[in-house]
Amino acid sequence: MTVLHELANAIAGGDIETVDLTHTLDPDFPVIVLPPEFGQCARFRVEEISAYDERGPGWYWRNFSCGEHTGTHFDAPVHWISGKDLPNGSVDSIPPDAFVRPVCVVDCSAESAADEDFLLTPEFLVAWEKRHGLIPANSWVLMRTDWSKRSGAAYLNMREDGAHTPGPSGDAVKFLIDERNVVGFGTETVGTDAGQAVHLSPPHPAHYLFHGAGKYGLQCLRNLDRLPPTGAILVCPPLKIKNGSGSPLRVLALVDRSKG
Amino acid sequence: MGKSGRTRQGYDGVVVTAPISVPYERYSPEPAHWWLARALSAMHDATKLGADDIDGLCVSSFTLFPDTAVGLTQHFGITPRWLDHVPTGGASGVVTLRRAARAVQCGDASVVACIAGDTNHVDSFRAMLTSFSRFSQDAGYPYGSGGPNGSFSLMTSYYMDRYAIAREDFGKLCVAQRDNALRYPHALMKKPLTLDQYLNARMIADPIALYDCVMPCAGAEAYLVMSEENAKSLGLPFAHVRSTIERHNAYPDDPVQIRGGWALDVDEFWAMAGMQPGQTDMLQTYDDYPVISVMQMEDLGFCEKGAAQAFIRANSFTVDGSFPHNTSGGQLSVGQAGAAGGFLGMVEAMRQLTGGAEKNAVPNARTAVVSGFGMINFDRGLCSGAALLEAGQ
Amino acid sequence: MTEPLRKPPRKNPQVRTVLPTLPPFSRSRKAMAFTAAAAEGRFVLQVCAECASATYPARELCPKCWSMHLEWRDADTGGRLISETTLRTSINTYFRERMPWRIGTVQLRAGPTVLAHIHGDVMRNDEVRMIARTDKSGQGVLMALPAKETPNMADDRQLRELTCDPKHRRVLVTDGRTELGQQTARALASAGASRIFVGIAEQWRPYPGSDDLAAVPGVEIMPLDVTDTISVNELAGEIGGKTDILVNTAEHVRPGGTLDRDGTLTARNEMETNYFGLLRLMQAFAPGMRARGADGDNSACAWVNLLSVYALANWPQFGTTSASHAAAYSLSHCLRGELAGSGVKVINILFGPLEESWRQSLPPPKVTPQKLAATIVDALRQGIESVALGPVAEDVVRRWKEDPAVLERELTQLQAGQAS
Repeated sequence: MTVLHELANAIAGGDIETVDLTHTLDPDFPVIVLPPEFGQCARFRVEEISAYDERGPGWYWRNFSCGEHTGTHFDAPVHWISGKDLPNGSVDSIPPDAFVRPVCVVDCSAESAADEDFLLTPEFLVAWEKRHGLIPANSWVLMRTDWSKRSGAAYLNMREDGAHTPGPSGDAVKFLIDERNVVGFGTETVGTDAGQAVHLSPPHPAHYLFHGAGKYGLQCLRNLDRLPPTGAILVCPPLKIKNGSGSPLRVLALVDRSKG
Repeated sequence: MGKSGRTRQGYDGVVVTAPISVPYERYSPEPAHWWLARALSAMHDATKLGADDIDGLCVSSFTLFPDTAVGLTQHFGITPRWLDHVPTGGASGVVTLRRAARAVQCGDASVVACIAGDTNHVDSFRAMLTSFSRFSQDAGYPYGSGGPNGSFSLMTSYYMDRYAIAREDFGKLCVAQRDNALRYPHALMKKPLTLDQYLNARMIADPIALYDCVMPCAGAEAYLVMSEENAKSLGLPFAHVRSTIERHNAYPDDPVQIRGGWALDVDEFWAMAGMQPGQTDMLQTYDDYPVISVMQMEDLGFCEKGAAQAFIRANSFTVDGSFPHNTSGGQLSVGQAGAAGGFLGMVEAMRQLTGGAEKNAVPNARTAVVSGFGMINFDRGLCSGAALLEAGQ
Repeated sequence: MTEPLRKPPRKNPQVRTVLPTLPPFSRSRKAMAFTAAAAEGRFVLQVCAECASATYPARELCPKCWSMHLEWRDADTGGRLISETTLRTSINTYFRERMPWRIGTVQLRAGPTVLAHIHGDVMRNDEVRMIARTDKSGQGVLMALPAKETPNMADDRQLRELTCDPKHRRVLVTDGRTELGQQTARALASAGASRIFVGIAEQWRPYPGSDDLAAVPGVEIMPLDVTDTISVNELAGEIGGKTDILVNTAEHVRPGGTLDRDGTLTARNEMETNYFGLLRLMQAFAPGMRARGADGDNSACAWVNLLSVYALANWPQFGTTSASHAAAYSLSHCLRGELAGSGVKVINILFGPLEESWRQSLPPPKVTPQKLAATIVDALRQGIESVALGPVAEDVVRRWKEDPAVLERELTQLQAGQAS
């Protein structure tokens, strides 16, 4: 039996659990809010084409529209100005193996509960590695904050000075790029950066630095609390949109439950 | 005298004859054509005159659409050399008479059949009112759609506010008309009416109550106009036309109608007849609502303006009374058959003067005044007219 | 004295809703000018340009001097009730259902006598003040009101047939995120609206004034995003059967024409809210309102659109916004046509530059949200279908009526200091 057959059997048999890390695409799901004079990400919208009616008696189908960064979505390097000239930087040109990789889950939920502006630091990562081992190269790192359990206004957590949500510090981003060479970084919040990241140096370091280095982003993830710190495989292929800066997608994790 | 200074010619040698009334029905599934045809057929039965004898046709009808008098010539198989269609509603009896009499007098026609009639389908009265005139469509009908009830209630109300008159006085006219109607076989109203019933009837549009209102129905009326020699040779009893007047849109600046065109022409009317108001034997008014009968009495000189109350209280209006009025019962008791309502008094007067009236005959009647009033175009009736008929020798 | 209107009882679910019937709606083309003015709350008469006599009903020719030059002019609203009646029967179903009904003859100070509906507080021979309004058929009619205000005057049942008074009615304000929406909710509450449903899009985004808004008596915050068909339909499913008045306060406005920006996103967003938003609201709410046009004292009665006056002619400084408002303005006429026969009025308020952030840099005079809110309530109370609000809007509407082609040129010509 090949390794793929073993994998398929393990998935079918339940030894490997398929965990869905995706929010439902819903018109009322929050999207990132930029200052109003900037262009805004489109909300998810649906219009019926027909529903077993005079528009189409036997079938139900709809048109949907949204932005490339609506809902649970993938960020490609070209999303940011720092990555605009990188080769293979758009979703349609990214080598597909990047969409199936090991994943490390860094649990910051307690810290985020205590401090909504919590910043993930290199020190925090190093401490995590002491418990779980080094973050392997070419793996995904997901920052677990349990933010996906929030709903309504508490999710974006907007105040007059902007959003207050956790994210990585600039140094943490540099550490993951330079020291660990991860394939990408994912969060439960609406962006890979912290809510107040415009005030970091550089501003929006996760976007600026990761994408500048050809790394990918995932955001609006959920169910990270169901993943082990290490050992799971992430499956996250975005839609193959020509020159796409990102895409809503279904994010799955394969978790080995065979060891109980 | 007209403005030209020429004296109007009389109607010497012209007579009216063959009064025909087709018994009315409250509702009829038949079209107006049927009712007009019945009038013509009855006329044939009474006179033996046929299509070859009639060379003039004058028609009045509201419900003949899409036809007019023109279409009826083919329908009836007649080939007239003179034709008219008169849209003056309640004044059409007088107006058709005037038209036809001059045509005969001048030789444009020898025998003119004047016919008026309308049907009344279950919803045709409403349909007629909704498209009655542009002014009523724009500025009348949208205000409650009371139809003539609304218009006449405002006139009645204004009149009562201005002149001494009481509902009892209007009631006296209505009760007398009902009394006359009980002697006229074709009246739709068959039960006596008391003044108490009149006064206690339910309000329709204050101060107009149920017995002030006419009942719309289907029916037809007709008569012939021809030369006196012609009538004599045919052996038809006839009446002379002694005087007529006609006026439209009189007193346009009166804020509410309180008088009609008769008041403009009353002197000419009596001068042409060579008579005085007290000398005639009966009055047939257009009576959809008693207030307009009262105005006709005043404006034709039977009493002073505003003195109607004393006049009514001093007289009795039944066929055997001191002032016989609407001797068949008028529209209030016979029914209002559309444009035939404008013929009702005219045809009834002819019957009275040619010996055709039976139980409701006014004793020794020689002269009759017939008055017409028609067409609430907006807030008032625009057409008025009157004729004085005298029994033939 | 007019009895104050009582709060309508809850609807009996076992009784069939009364269907809207209509007063007579046919008018001559000439008389349509009277209707158009009545929709603006103006009472106009034809006046002869040569002999100055006023005439009524609408004619083609001056009956006094036979001049063809009859002009519609604002008329003296004074008059005296010289005859009156109370109709107790009518051949028209609408009136028959509303008997007894008072009408009367008014001698106008302007000259003619007219038939008019009569307010309950007007007695024979009283001096009256005439108003011209559209009735349930959408056609202009006259009503004689007491010359001076009387207690509970607006509650007269014949007058209420011409107005859309929010008192005891349930109103949907489609967007409460803005100061305009919040002021509108407040003004409606003060006017006696029993429920004010206020739509809030994206409740996950906080907005200023939210706590104060929720505290306004009668206000109920509802999820509503006019750019989202599902959201609009869901809300209509919930409150569509009890929305008596709809006030569409949702607006998406951005400065600039087409060359100030790349692409169609901004214009699309404007259309999504200003045009498609209206369309979605129409499809979701108009059927229910149309069916409830005669549903008692809190029948459905009005649909209020707030539109930039530049819906009439494009102002390139807000070029794509103007275009979206033009589309909405056109659609409002479609709505009026589709609601015709229901008795529900479509009220369009054309406003000049509004005091809000996207129009911040425009010079005065501007319309404050508070003023616009008050104008909405006033238009509802008076039953006026067309209002130009603010000096700029009044000016533009005036020019538009005089000559739309000239206005178009005026708005699109180079301004002083602008190089070509």
